[in-house]
Amino acid sequence: MSGIYIHIPFCKQKCHYCNFHFSTSRRLQPQMVEALVRELELQKDYLEGAKVGSIYLGGGTPSLLTSEELDRLFATIHRLHSVDAGAEITLEANPDDITPNTLQFWKSIGINRLSVGIQSFHDIDLQWMNRAHDSRQARQCLEWIAASGIPQLTMDLIYGSPTTSMQAWQANLDVFFQYNIPHLSAYCLTVEPRTALAGMIRKGKSDAPDDELATEQFLFLMDRMDASGYDHYEISNYGKPGHHARHNTSYWQGIPYLGIGPSAHSYNGTTRQWNVAHNPQYIKAILEENKIPYEQETLDLPTRYNEYIMTGLRTMWGISINRIKENYNKYFTLFSQELQRLIQEGLVKLIEDQVVLTRIGKLQADGVAARLFMV
Amino acid sequence: MKKIRNFCVIAHIDHGKSTLSDRLLEVTQTISTRDMQAQALDDMDLERERGITIKSHAIQLYYSHTDGETYTLNLIDTPGHVDFSYEVSRSIAACEGALLLVDATQGIQAQTISNLYLAIGHDLEIIPILNKIDMDSAMIDEVSDQIIELIGCGKDEILLASGKTGQGVQEILTAIVERIPAPKGNPEAPLQALIFDSVFNSFRGVIAYFRIINGTLRKGDQVRFVNTGKHYQADEVGVLRFTPEPKESLEAGNVGYIITGIKESREIKVGDTITKVENPCKDAIKGFEDVKPMVFAGIFPIENEDYEDLRDSLEKLQLNDASLVFEPETSAALGFGFRCGFLGMLHLEIVQERLSREFDQEVITTIPNVSYYAYNTRGEKIVIHTPNDLPDASVLDFVEEPFIEAQIITKPEYIGVIMTLCLEKRGTLTKQHYLTQDRVELTFELPLAEIVFDFYDRLKSISRGYASFDYTPINYRQSDLVKLDIKLNNENVDALSALVHRDKAYAFGRKICARLKDLLPRQQFMIAIQAAIGAKIIARETISALRKDVTAKCYGGDISRKRKLLEKQKKGKKKMRQIGSVEVPQKAFLDVLKLE
Repeated sequence: MSGIYIHIPFCKQKCHYCNFHFSTSRRLQPQMVEALVRELELQKDYLEGAKVGSIYLGGGTPSLLTSEELDRLFATIHRLHSVDAGAEITLEANPDDITPNTLQFWKSIGINRLSVGIQSFHDIDLQWMNRAHDSRQARQCLEWIAASGIPQLTMDLIYGSPTTSMQAWQANLDVFFQYNIPHLSAYCLTVEPRTALAGMIRKGKSDAPDDELATEQFLFLMDRMDASGYDHYEISNYGKPGHHARHNTSYWQGIPYLGIGPSAHSYNGTTRQWNVAHNPQYIKAILEENKIPYEQETLDLPTRYNEYIMTGLRTMWGISINRIKENYNKYFTLFSQELQRLIQEGLVKLIEDQVVLTRIGKLQADGVAARLFMV
Repeated sequence: MKKIRNFCVIAHIDHGKSTLSDRLLEVTQTISTRDMQAQALDDMDLERERGITIKSHAIQLYYSHTDGETYTLNLIDTPGHVDFSYEVSRSIAACEGALLLVDATQGIQAQTISNLYLAIGHDLEIIPILNKIDMDSAMIDEVSDQIIELIGCGKDEILLASGKTGQGVQEILTAIVERIPAPKGNPEAPLQALIFDSVFNSFRGVIAYFRIINGTLRKGDQVRFVNTGKHYQADEVGVLRFTPEPKESLEAGNVGYIITGIKESREIKVGDTITKVENPCKDAIKGFEDVKPMVFAGIFPIENEDYEDLRDSLEKLQLNDASLVFEPETSAALGFGFRCGFLGMLHLEIVQERLSREFDQEVITTIPNVSYYAYNTRGEKIVIHTPNDLPDASVLDFVEEPFIEAQIITKPEYIGVIMTLCLEKRGTLTKQHYLTQDRVELTFELPLAEIVFDFYDRLKSISRGYASFDYTPINYRQSDLVKLDIKLNNENVDALSALVHRDKAYAFGRKICARLKDLLPRQQFMIAIQAAIGAKIIARETISALRKDVTAKCYGGDISRKRKLLEKQKKGKKKMRQIGSVEVPQKAFLDVLKLE
């Protein structure tokens, strides 16, 4: 099995915290779709004929695409690849783009999972983040989705923002549970360099996030999801059994994926490559030169090991000691020495031969991974 | 001897000494342009990067003068930094003349003046040269006036030159021959040669550079170094052309090198006298000093297991840096390392950088200090190279610290701010002398400890670069000094202890704590940083615990970037030192002093 990711680099407006690649000018959207189709054709052999088990349209804002544009992309994928009958096909959608009509169309072209960028049910948060929707739209779209018959649904929520008190966060989770949604991606607000938010904080126009409060909100979230029968299967992802995101999970399990569009990454087990994060350059290279503008890194042994540690630790399946022995034997001694210390410090625990983070360890996932790295 | 001229160049950093020297080599065809890696005399990478000469060198030029004779010119290069003023004085003692090189865009600087006084003190003939006259910002009249006032020469005696374009180089060569006197000395007298420098060569051992005052040195002679008392055979003697050129003998007046198979540069002391075992000279040449380190700091390996490697590296460094001294030291916080003595802060930085570049040794350098004299209640004097050697208060009578005399040359409008700085540094103004209307020389007496850290940088910044500085040690004086300890989570970090004046201890303690708060990464637990005098805590800062250290998003497009970030973090951790439970980055130990 393999996965296909398509990056749609357009947004109506710029969320203050966002550091993904996108443009708020949609002038190039028609050429972009042409280029995406052409890149799909140029890359048709990248997955070496493996069956496609997941397709994911992310961004940016894929829900901005017209029905004709979506039709073309899906027709192209089906023409070039063998898509598994039970494939997970996800569209990221913003509440302000969701209507009963768009939902019906998305369903008709085979989209069977929606990932909705709710972020919060409080207007004060949404305005501070500079989101395009309000709290009314956030609730309305969930009702329409429930009625649409699209079988799988997940939403994004953000905690740790200076506008989100502990009560406000609890209230957000209350609304989430009201709708009986089987999957949640909950992200801690991160101040990424060179974002509007970083500038606002530097100039004193916004408070910086309070780490202590964010930590409390994370701990509360973990406990509440656990009590409600959700697996905390990745640091920021919770799903009822049978409802884990298949496409995203493939990133953490080393399954090959093809990424299409500007800034998209592809991985085939030995190399990772990423397209230029610049819309006009991407379009020009693809449409005028018939060339994919990408850079590439070859994943040598320590790199593969470090990535396995970093991504594995973040999941409920952890790192397999046997797999370290089999694939990374030369690191095994150093790995086990540090592992003993981490166990003593209560940051990780063993379940059979799997190394998984403890509740406190989950707060320190990056530091724990770095300690196990080989550099 | 009549056709020999020995001279040095006195100049401030960046006044173009090296470039002008290169031009002299070119014009006299001592070196072809092709061989010339810009600035041939600065042959250490570090020297070229920092644009300063760390070690002095010498080179011999042959010059065909207009009188039809060929003259031998020995150019003795001098180091250009306050840390190395003794070496400068020995180079000057080997010459009859000096080129006083002044940047026409900058004017005279303190460094130049103190070296000029040295040269005048040795009766050297001074040839004043205005350099960089090709620049638009050259102030030829103004700077000429400064020179005239300083050395009392006529305006027509000042040569105009540009090392960059080569203008004036011919006139300089003429002046060297015509104005600088030929050396005096008796080739038949007992040998008396002044060592003014030495270099280490990994094949030949230590090579000493000397100037023969009297007598003749022949290959194969049995020689004695007067001050060390050691005997050697002169395996090879010669002159310093672009590459060394062996000779059968060298006579009084000339400059050359001697190879005796010495392996350690400690055996050769700059300023020592070479004579012969048989028929030795009566007196050693005056002015010899055993160079004493001025600044001491601990150097520790990041990992304890690298201790032996560090010792090896320091020993190798010492082969060609005789002014570096070290002895083993044990720190409760840092384990085994070395207490090292340096000529000054620049020398310390150079040693640290050479350890890293040439020996791949990443080290922790502790807070530098000067050497103190402590007197105990039994009246015994104890020399202190580290604050941890200070006797307990119950048996301590008093402490003396070294004082220096500092010359600062600046523009009159900066006198006020410089006074403020020097008073803050516990200095007293002892003399104010106008060199010209626009240039004033201030003389201060200051505790050496106060200029060790940030003095020079602050002086430059408050005077917008219009102040230059030089110093000489004068004496030791009694001071009210206290030992300030730094604690991390209640654990004493001996490597951060300092001796400070009691009046300044509170401010110093607060600054160090605040600085450490910025330098220490947050860890999984709270870190208390405290400054203490004895049992009394005088300052405190707290670093809150890093409870959360986890990336929110790690999808297909995030993995590479995130992995690289964590790899970098891990590499950084390798450069940290565990003190008790707290991880301290390598650079924190020195950066903690960069207080502004």
